[in-house]
Amino acid sequence: METPLRTRALLAVLLLLAVLFPLAAPNSYYIYVMSLAYIMGLSAVGLNLILGYTGQLNLAHAGFMAVGAYTVGILTVDHGVPFWIAFALSGVVAGALGFLAGIVSLRLKTHYFVIFTLCVGFILYLVIEKFEWLTHGTVGVIGIPAPPSIGPISFETPVAQYYLVLVFLCAALWVMHRIVRSLLGRAFVAIRNSEDLAEALGVNLMRTKVLAFVLSTVYAGLAGGLYAGFVRFLGPSIALESHTFELVTFILVGGIGTLFGPVLGALVLTWVTQSLQFLQDFRMIVFGPMLILLVMYFPQGLIGFVNERRARRAAEAARARRERTAQDNRQRNGEARVNA
Amino acid sequence: MLEVRNLTKTFGGLAAVRDVSTKFERGRISAIIGPNGAGKSTFFNLVSGLHKPTSGHIYFDGAEVTGLRPDQMALRGVARSFQTTHLFDKASVLDNLIVGHRLRTKSTFWDVLLNSRRLREEERACRAKAEEVLDFVGLSSIAERLAGEISQEERKRVAFALALATDPKILLLDEPAGGVNPEETAGLADLIRKMAAKGLTVCLIEHKMDMIMSLADKIIVLDHGEMIAEGPPAAVQSNPRVIEAYLGADYAAA
Repeated sequence: METPLRTRALLAVLLLLAVLFPLAAPNSYYIYVMSLAYIMGLSAVGLNLILGYTGQLNLAHAGFMAVGAYTVGILTVDHGVPFWIAFALSGVVAGALGFLAGIVSLRLKTHYFVIFTLCVGFILYLVIEKFEWLTHGTVGVIGIPAPPSIGPISFETPVAQYYLVLVFLCAALWVMHRIVRSLLGRAFVAIRNSEDLAEALGVNLMRTKVLAFVLSTVYAGLAGGLYAGFVRFLGPSIALESHTFELVTFILVGGIGTLFGPVLGALVLTWVTQSLQFLQDFRMIVFGPMLILLVMYFPQGLIGFVNERRARRAAEAARARRERTAQDNRQRNGEARVNA
Repeated sequence: MLEVRNLTKTFGGLAAVRDVSTKFERGRISAIIGPNGAGKSTFFNLVSGLHKPTSGHIYFDGAEVTGLRPDQMALRGVARSFQTTHLFDKASVLDNLIVGHRLRTKSTFWDVLLNSRRLREEERACRAKAEEVLDFVGLSSIAERLAGEISQEERKRVAFALALATDPKILLLDEPAGGVNPEETAGLADLIRKMAAKGLTVCLIEHKMDMIMSLADKIIVLDHGEMIAEGPPAAVQSNPRVIEAYLGADYAAA
C-alpha cells in the first residue's frame, strides 16, 4: 500500500527535527536523555509487536533487553570481543533465548501466558544477579567500551552517539513497518482479534506466535546492546519487570498496535518525567492522574486516536465517492432514456 | 466428500457427541439441528479440528484427517464461520478480509524483510481475492467502511466472505442467521444457495426452522450428543423422535 503524501511529509519533518535536535539542545544532558528515550522507544517497538499487534503481553521483555545488554557487556569487558560483533550477538542471543522461552510459554494463553512470562523475566533477573562468575552479580559490568568508530565515523561524543541511536531507531521502525504491513503482519493482527478465527483461516498459531515472540526479543536484545554501549554500566535491575511495565506504559500512551506509538510514548513520558523532576518524590502525584486522564480520554493512545479519526474520515470519503458515482450513473441513465 | 464415522467426544464423563456417523455430499446443503447442548457446536469443532475426537474417524476428500489442527483443515479446504465474528473494528471491511487468502500464499519472513516480488504479488492476489469474495456476498459497497460500524447482517456476510477467501471446498456455518431479522434471513439463505450452486458443500447449524426446511437438502438432528434422525426435511419434520426432542408438538401440528 502506498503511504499518503501527507504522511510522508510529516515523517520527513519529524526526521529533520530529530536530526536538528542536538543543535537546539541547551547542553549534552538533553542529548543524553533523548538518546536514552530512543533506546527505550526501540525496545518498546519490539514489545509492541507481540503485545500490540499479536495481542500477547510478554512481561519478560525487560529481561530480554537485559540479556542483550549483558551479552555486549560480558563479551566486550571480559572476553575482549569487538563491540560490533558483540552487538550483533546481543540480538542473536536474546532471540535464541526468546525462541526457547516462546515455545514453552506460548503453549499458554491469555493471563496464564502473562504470568508465565512474569516468571521468565524474574528468572532472567535472578540468573543475572546470582551467576556472579558470569555477570559480576550485583557489582554489575563496569567499563563497557563505547561503540568504536565505523570507518571515519567515530562515536566518542554524545552527539555522535545520539545519531548512532537515531539511525538504529529509524532502521528498526522501517523493518517493523515492513513486517506489520505485510501478510505476516495481518496474520499477527488476526491472532490478536481471535485465535480461533485466525486458526480457522489457516494461520498456524504456534509458529506465527513464536515468530512474533522471537522478533520482539531480537528487538529487545538489540536495544539492550545499544543501551550497554551507551550507558556503559550494567546492573541486574535492568531486567526487572518494572522496566517492562514502563515500556508497556510507553506503548499505551503512544498508541498500542501502531508503528510510531511506542516511540512517541517513550519520548513524551521521558520528557514529562524529566520536567517533573523538581517535584522529586511528589512527581508521581502529578504523573499518575495525568496517565489516568490520558487512558480515559485516549484509550487507543495518542497515535491510535489520530489513526481512528483518519480511518473514519477515509471511510466517509469513500462512501461519499461511491454515492456520487451512483448518482452520476443514475443521471446518465436518465439522460440516455430522455434521448432515446 | 466429508465423512465422519463413529465420532465421539467426551468431556470428563459427559459425551458431547456420541457415535455419530454421517456424510456430506458435494454441492449439497446440510443442516444440523437440535436443542441447546445437543452437541452441534462440538460437532463443528471436531470436524474443523478445534477439538480432537475421543474416538472415531473423519475423512475428507478420501483421506483421513482425524486429529488435524484447524489451520491444517483450512489448508485442505474446510472453512468455518463462528457465531460471533471477531473483526478488527478499527480497520476497513476490505482490510479485514485480506488475511483470509494468506493460507494460499508462500511468502516467508525473508520475503517480508526483502519486500520480494513474490510477496508483493501475493499481497495483490490476497487483496483481489478479498474484493472478489466481498462482491460475491454483495458487500462491495461497504468495502471501505470500518468493520466496527457495520450491521449485524453485514457482519454475517463478512464472516461468509472470510471463509470463502480461504478457497474452501466445504463451509461450516455456525448459526449464520443468528440475530438478524426475517427479511435479512431470507437474503442470507439466498446467499447460501448461491454458494452451493457454485459447487461448495455447505453445512450449517441453525435454529430458524423455516429457513432450514426450505434451504437444506439434508437435516441431521442431534440430541444429547446422539444423532436421532437424518434425512430430507420432510422426513425429519414428521419423525416422532425429532418432534419430541426438538420441534415440539406445536410445530408438527402447524
